Amino acid sequence: MFYREAGQFKTSYVDDQAIFPIRQDRIGLAVILAIAFIGVPLFGSEFFISAIMVPLLVFSLAAIGLNILTGYTGLLSLGTGGFMGVGAFACYKLTTIFPDVNIIVWILVSGFFASGIGILFGLPSLRIKGFYLAVATLSAQFFLDWAFVRIPWLVNDNTSGAIEVPMRTLFGIPVTGPTAQPEVRYLVVLSVVAFLTLIASNLVHGRIGRSWMAVRDMDLAAELIGIRLYRAKLLAFAVSSYYCGVAGALMVFLWYGSAEPAVFGIDQSFFILFMVIIGGLGSLVGSFFGAALIYGMPIIIKSFVSLFGLQIAPATVEHVTFMTVGGLIVLFLIIEPAGLARLWQIGKQKLRVWPFPY
Amino acid sequence: MNFPVNFKTSMIAGALVAATVATALPAAAQESIYVPLFTYRTGPFSGSGIYIAEGMHDYLEMLNQRDGGIGGVKLAIEECETGYDTKKGLECYEATKNKKPVVINPWSTGITLPLIPRAAVDKVPVLSMAYGLSASAIGDTFPWIFNPPATYWDGASMILSYIGSKAGGLDKLKGKTLGFIYLDAGFGKEPIPLFEQLAKDYGFTLKLYPVAATEMQNQSSQWLNVRRDKPDFMMMYGWGALQPTAVKEAVKINYPMDKFISIWWASEDDAAAGGPASKGFKSLNWHATGDSFPAVQDIKKYVTDKGLTQTDKGHVGKLLYNRGIYNSMLIAEGIRNAQKLSGKKVITGEDMRRGLETLNVSEARLKEIGLGGFAGPLKLSCADHNGHLATFMQEWDGSKWAKIGGDIKPMSDKVSPLLSAAAKEYVDKATGWPKRTEACDKAS
Repeated sequence: MFYREAGQFKTSYVDDQAIFPIRQDRIGLAVILAIAFIGVPLFGSEFFISAIMVPLLVFSLAAIGLNILTGYTGLLSLGTGGFMGVGAFACYKLTTIFPDVNIIVWILVSGFFASGIGILFGLPSLRIKGFYLAVATLSAQFFLDWAFVRIPWLVNDNTSGAIEVPMRTLFGIPVTGPTAQPEVRYLVVLSVVAFLTLIASNLVHGRIGRSWMAVRDMDLAAELIGIRLYRAKLLAFAVSSYYCGVAGALMVFLWYGSAEPAVFGIDQSFFILFMVIIGGLGSLVGSFFGAALIYGMPIIIKSFVSLFGLQIAPATVEHVTFMTVGGLIVLFLIIEPAGLARLWQIGKQKLRVWPFPY
Repeated sequence: MNFPVNFKTSMIAGALVAATVATALPAAAQESIYVPLFTYRTGPFSGSGIYIAEGMHDYLEMLNQRDGGIGGVKLAIEECETGYDTKKGLECYEATKNKKPVVINPWSTGITLPLIPRAAVDKVPVLSMAYGLSASAIGDTFPWIFNPPATYWDGASMILSYIGSKAGGLDKLKGKTLGFIYLDAGFGKEPIPLFEQLAKDYGFTLKLYPVAATEMQNQSSQWLNVRRDKPDFMMMYGWGALQPTAVKEAVKINYPMDKFISIWWASEDDAAAGGPASKGFKSLNWHATGDSFPAVQDIKKYVTDKGLTQTDKGHVGKLLYNRGIYNSMLIAEGIRNAQKLSGKKVITGEDMRRGLETLNVSEARLKEIGLGGFAGPLKLSCADHNGHLATFMQEWDGSKWAKIGGDIKPMSDKVSPLLSAAAKEYVDKATGWPKRTEACDKAS
């Protein structure tokens, strides 16, 4: 009833090709952004902001990165954790070598280092496909893991072997380090994620995105219609790793505050891959849904337990959470194998024709 | 569905009772001291984590049951499951922070590191008992971090002086080969600079055998190298599945077990993994095992026998269970001290910091709390947040750990320059690290 596009006429190609052609979508997005930028920092509790929202946004960004590679271009990757690590370590090196340059600049630049590494490990994708490529990217993960632990130069020879995030400011307000307020950190993360999501959205809806999807759907056909495979594939690796790298830098600098190399292990790669699969391959909004389900669900279950004042041992809660999240994943995949994004699309379609479905 | 009426009423009554209990809890919480315990009863390190969680919880619960808490104030003990995962540990920290915890025990170096800079800002002291950042022993630089009773560098120097005493003096180590198998992470790599320096000083050869965290259960290649290199002694810094695997592999290649020495994290299960052949395996330790202490008996009487805990009764008195007790004893003594110093009953994190800084657990005090002879006396000060307690060597006799030999003191002359250098380096790298402004209390 409310979600109906009747009467909205497009009179130019620009209107017709807009990312959000329906007015209600634009209003909805504006409301979401207003809540995210104004409502959450104003009314969110410290726990909600630093333990739920910041991680969610960081994981969403990493999921978008992997989605570009796996969802849009069809190249399965298990190296996400490693690429995130490259971003984090690059950012740490850059900000300790040039401490006067703004940290936001370094966070965005550190993604290019991840990009470079991504292209390097993306080279096998020109020859191999599917599971074999997954194994090739797995080697990237193991190599990077190894490098983070063994090269003390990466952590400036810290005896703890970990990144120790220094204090950095933006307009005189601390952004990283222990004195940074959660609201400030959140707003920085949100701005970066919103900006990069906008770029990603433009990328995947444009020529480049179409060439990626053509490669995904049938690489032979894509080649025949004039798409240069090596370019499209390597570009996908570059862009995907860039997003993962920025997500890694955000994770360490604005969330953890200090991180051991173990954080960027194979577990992290799988964690992000699950988000992408559950959220929906080839969907940006799905990346957010996936991150919300995989990361947020356990916290929601835990807070339910404490909300009702149930006296259950935390270890039991942990086991129950594991089982419930596992069960939910199976359930969602049975209901909709294409992920939460597809469910969202179906819901929107139903709303469009409601109350007179045909 | 048709439920009988009384069933419905009893359901409503039950819900009401639950609701009142739920609303009554926060009111009671104000009159208590909130002690969150970060534990891991799940995940890859739960084999060690369960014992520690049980020991920590049971000692504090025993104080609640026997004495009604500390100084007449109940302890609100809450466990938060971290699974040894930094991500979940930080979530636990955020979740507990608003409830005014008096102290945080992260029980993972990965969780300790991010909390070190936050402790001063959030005014919550961190007690990382014999793990975490060694440099945090320097109280003037890290006023909010406590890592008693010994650092990993102390441990390394104690292992070495033990080896020296076996070889007939440290100077006799010249030309010998010492192997070091370790978890390839910050924790395991920490003693390497000290070992390297001592290798130079005493002229022995150091062989390193790193084990990646993902490869903990597959160490055959490392032990093949051990067989090739034939080190005169093996040293180990491990945790979780690394330790039983190493013991098993050492037995498999017939390495002389009495020359295999671990830092203080090897438990009974780890030693027993090699079967009867692992007899002679050694480990450092600073506290007793067994349940013969009055305080441990009280835990049995007031807590485990009454079923007020999830503890498996067979776990009481095991090495890591007792380590959990030691950790909770430090918390309890810190709280007591803080109450004395501040004159308040319900203390804050700031009071707790002062309490821990003036901690003085003498032999007489240990006896008083029913832990006489459990561990050596520990005294902390504003400058020294560690104590550098002497430890002893224990040997696996096939069924339990047996103490062998007397106290081994850390080589302070070698360790303290490293500690101060590391603390200085940390401050230099963390731009804007605050200078200590917290006043120093006199020990009471």
